[in-house]
Amino acid sequence: MKKYDAIVIGAGHNGLTNAAYLAKSGMDVLVVEKNPWIGGASVSRSLHEGWTYSNCSYVCSLFRPEIYRDLELARHGLQVIPYEGGLTFMQDGDYFGNYSDHERHHRELARHSKRDANAYDRFSADVSRQTRLIRPFLMRTPPDPTSFKPADVMELVHMLKTYWDLGEDILYDTMRFWTMSVGDFLDEYFESDVIKAHMAGSGIIGTALGIYSPGTAYVLLHHYMGDVDGSIGSWGFARGGMGSIAKALAGSFQSFGGEIMTDAGVDKILVKNGETKGVVLENGDEHYADIVVSNLDPKRTFLKIMDENDLPPDVVKKAKNFKIRGSSGKLNISLDGMPTFRGIEKGHELLKADFHFIDSMERMERAYDDWKNGTWSKDPYVDTLIPTQVDPTMAPPGKHMMTVFVQYCPPKVNGEEWTDELRDEFGQTVINQIAEYSPDFKDLILHAEIRTPRELENEVGLTEGNIFQGELTMDQLLFNRPFPGYAQYRGPVKGMYMSGSGTHPGGGVMGAPGVNSAREILSDLSRKNVTPEAFSDE
Amino acid sequence: MSVREADKRVLRTPFYSRASELCQTNLWSPWKAYTTVDCYSYVEEEYFAIRNATGVFDLTPMIKYRISGPDGLAYLDKLMTRKMSKLTPGRVMYSAWCNDLGHVLDDGTVFHLEENLWRLCSAERHMDWLQATALGFDVEIEDETDDVVGLAVQGPTSCQTLKAMNLSCVENLKPFQHMSFDFEGTKLMVSRTGFTGDLGYELWVPSEYAEKLWDTLFEAGKAFGILPIGSHALDIVRIEAGFIQAEVDFVPALNVVRAGRGRSPFELGLDWLVHFDKPVFNGRRALLKEKEEGSRYRFVRLDIEGNKPASDSFIYNSKKDIVGHITSATWSPSAKKNIALGSVEMPWGRLGDELYAEIYYNRELKWNRLMARCHVVEGAFFDPPRRRETPPLDY
Ligand SMILES: Cc1cc2nc3c(=O)[nH]c(=O)nc-3n(C[C@H](O)[C@H](O)[C@H](O)COP(=O)(O)OP(=O)(O)OC[C@H]3O[C@@H](n4cnc5c(N)ncnc54)[C@H](O)[C@@H]3O)c2cc1C
Repeated sequence: MKKYDAIVIGAGHNGLTNAAYLAKSGMDVLVVEKNPWIGGASVSRSLHEGWTYSNCSYVCSLFRPEIYRDLELARHGLQVIPYEGGLTFMQDGDYFGNYSDHERHHRELARHSKRDANAYDRFSADVSRQTRLIRPFLMRTPPDPTSFKPADVMELVHMLKTYWDLGEDILYDTMRFWTMSVGDFLDEYFESDVIKAHMAGSGIIGTALGIYSPGTAYVLLHHYMGDVDGSIGSWGFARGGMGSIAKALAGSFQSFGGEIMTDAGVDKILVKNGETKGVVLENGDEHYADIVVSNLDPKRTFLKIMDENDLPPDVVKKAKNFKIRGSSGKLNISLDGMPTFRGIEKGHELLKADFHFIDSMERMERAYDDWKNGTWSKDPYVDTLIPTQVDPTMAPPGKHMMTVFVQYCPPKVNGEEWTDELRDEFGQTVINQIAEYSPDFKDLILHAEIRTPRELENEVGLTEGNIFQGELTMDQLLFNRPFPGYAQYRGPVKGMYMSGSGTHPGGGVMGAPGVNSAREILSDLSRKNVTPEAFSDE
Repeated sequence: MSVREADKRVLRTPFYSRASELCQTNLWSPWKAYTTVDCYSYVEEEYFAIRNATGVFDLTPMIKYRISGPDGLAYLDKLMTRKMSKLTPGRVMYSAWCNDLGHVLDDGTVFHLEENLWRLCSAERHMDWLQATALGFDVEIEDETDDVVGLAVQGPTSCQTLKAMNLSCVENLKPFQHMSFDFEGTKLMVSRTGFTGDLGYELWVPSEYAEKLWDTLFEAGKAFGILPIGSHALDIVRIEAGFIQAEVDFVPALNVVRAGRGRSPFELGLDWLVHFDKPVFNGRRALLKEKEEGSRYRFVRLDIEGNKPASDSFIYNSKKDIVGHITSATWSPSAKKNIALGSVEMPWGRLGDELYAEIYYNRELKWNRLMARCHVVEGAFFDPPRRRETPPLDY
């Protein structure tokens, strides 16, 4: 059988990014993907004729513009269109709107609290300061703080200098920020419950923690550190759904001569004498390469497709202890028309973005209580969008597609496996919540895809359905991601690497783990670095 | 789909009906929540209305806070860098206020309206900071930006215009004093204040009376060359007066993201507003330390050789090191000088220092570069005596 220079396991967007850079450097690269389609959690599929869903991820901000530009994704069909707005419906019939125009936003904030309207500027400046700290490190390999290798020492010095340049007081802020809860953080600025509830959502999305759990302030930052066309914190739609990102990456990869094999689930990574030799597929086929990159999460990588006897015991232990709890569900819905929402005109600009139905911190925390008690939130926090108001390609004219991300939804229900009946019951809970605010919503539903952590795990291979391939808490970030000593994309076996969201800088459709990993591989092979440098915010 | 007026991004001020009738250019720009006129007719014409007759400027977007309560004065003393004890009813004081780093949040004017009642007028919004400072004081703070409107009435014939409105004894108002008059069933407050460095007043009424005030004023000013003026003309006069503007000449401390981008009052030429003989005020500790250790920057007013405006220029010393930059620049039609405001690193910017501005200008799309010698000057570039005369002479 043919021997490749490298095999990448999993055609998620990070795997494809990684593969594209290896291929760009002239390597002969094979991507093997278990599903009949590519994209992993960055996928668009049609499950109801005429409609396309972004089945998993649904909005884009984190994707690194350097990769977008460098791999010529525009030429390969990718378009990302920023959206404006957002709102939280309130139980009393009012709402809180989120405008991207500063003055309009100020007026809306002031409608709920004049003080909060002004505090928002303080909040924005403080969050900007934190994003400026993290953004320069997205496209860099974290240093190993215990190593005395010159590269590590220099990277550590670089990191400390970046901190230092931000001024003394930001050090205090940063230490607090990275460890505090999003609830406590917001309490330092705002008094209005609905304003806090609206913003707290970014702190818990994809996270098995509550708004008052330490560590969630960072998760908020993770959702603010991206940009669309240089506008930091903005989000956009990938035209045609999030699968367009994977499709464009695949196009770029193939333009460099790369090969993608679908329906090709990997059973095992072949290891001989402490070196990787290739992969064995579930159908028994073997493919060979000295470099094998796993784009799967750390648990799947080390506990499912590698043999424990090929691994150091501490890696097995760390993989077993890796925090990757499932906490999210999703509904994708085909609609016969645009639903009517209580208290806001059809076609209002605020409806073109994310909307939510939880208007208080108390309700947010209660939603988490349900998850802790082993069941889905009976009054969930949902992140809902109707992208077809902006993207004409995802539903027939006049019809609409709705994406509903649901926090919280447990990996098991009261300790028992999910069943189809329970899944439908979960879906009904979400639909009922939306229907409380939209009288015609239920009648417009033509088809719904309901996804619990069970479906996410079975389809995408995200363990427990954790959307980020592992939780974004301090103990699993930077040089601790996925585990201390293994944060530089190299596995414990020679020739074995990691490229997925389980590595720095973490989850989201970002591409950064994939490109950072490629840079390390090329360096180990003494090949020229073909990965782009990060744009500067200065 | 149509957008309701209340949902528009930028709003119309209560003077919109009048301003839009008179605006020949249709050129408007957003200023805080409102759209305001850039230029009604010609910038030069409006400029000379201010320096030669009477110019009227819509102040609606200025942020206004109503501060009331028995602890009001003590509260203002804590908030402001300047000693406020001389602020008695009927008086106005200009001051700056700082955060704990001693960096300027804003500068503005405080009006002592009556016993236990003040109005703070500022460029930026500060509710969060004002409330935070209010802890422990028996005061109440309300944002009255949308409830009160103001018109700046500025220029040599402005007093005559007001006299023609039958505002008796208005000529006796000294700079930084105010008085109130009955006006169409409401109170009209007139203060001798402004942003032009000239003889001038500001007129304040509840928003519902905006159009009435405008009409009465313009009727009275007919014989005195009254004209509405836009923000472009105002910008020239305020640079001539040497006044700084938030977001232009300094970044208000609240919005600072990058360390060190804020400026202290000393670094903005506002030393005279800092009164260390007050035992407690926001930013005092940091400012005292700065006073002892020295500032990082100096605010400069520059007279620049030649006639090419030095907007956004780098400032160099004689060794051709960059030592600062220009924040505001214009040709001054009254001083007949090429003038600018800027910020330079210490120790540069002393009187007599040899400084240069790097000016780029184009002639028919051909760009030229010029190193123009700058002279540091003190005080306003144009400072007519009428600015202080009480009562002002009829011009
Ligand atoms: C419901 C949901 C909503 C989300 N919403 C957003 C969002 O709006 N915006 C955002 O930025 N991020 C979002 N995320 C997070 C983001 O989608 C993921 O973090 C990111 O897509 C992960 O990409 P990846 O390439 O690292 O890994 P994955 O996409 O997980 O790729 C792993 C790939 O490996 C394949 N695979 C698994 N096992 C095998 C095997 N044995 N052999 C071969 N192939 C295998 C899988 O099929 C998959 O294609 C969301 C995630 C989910 C699940």
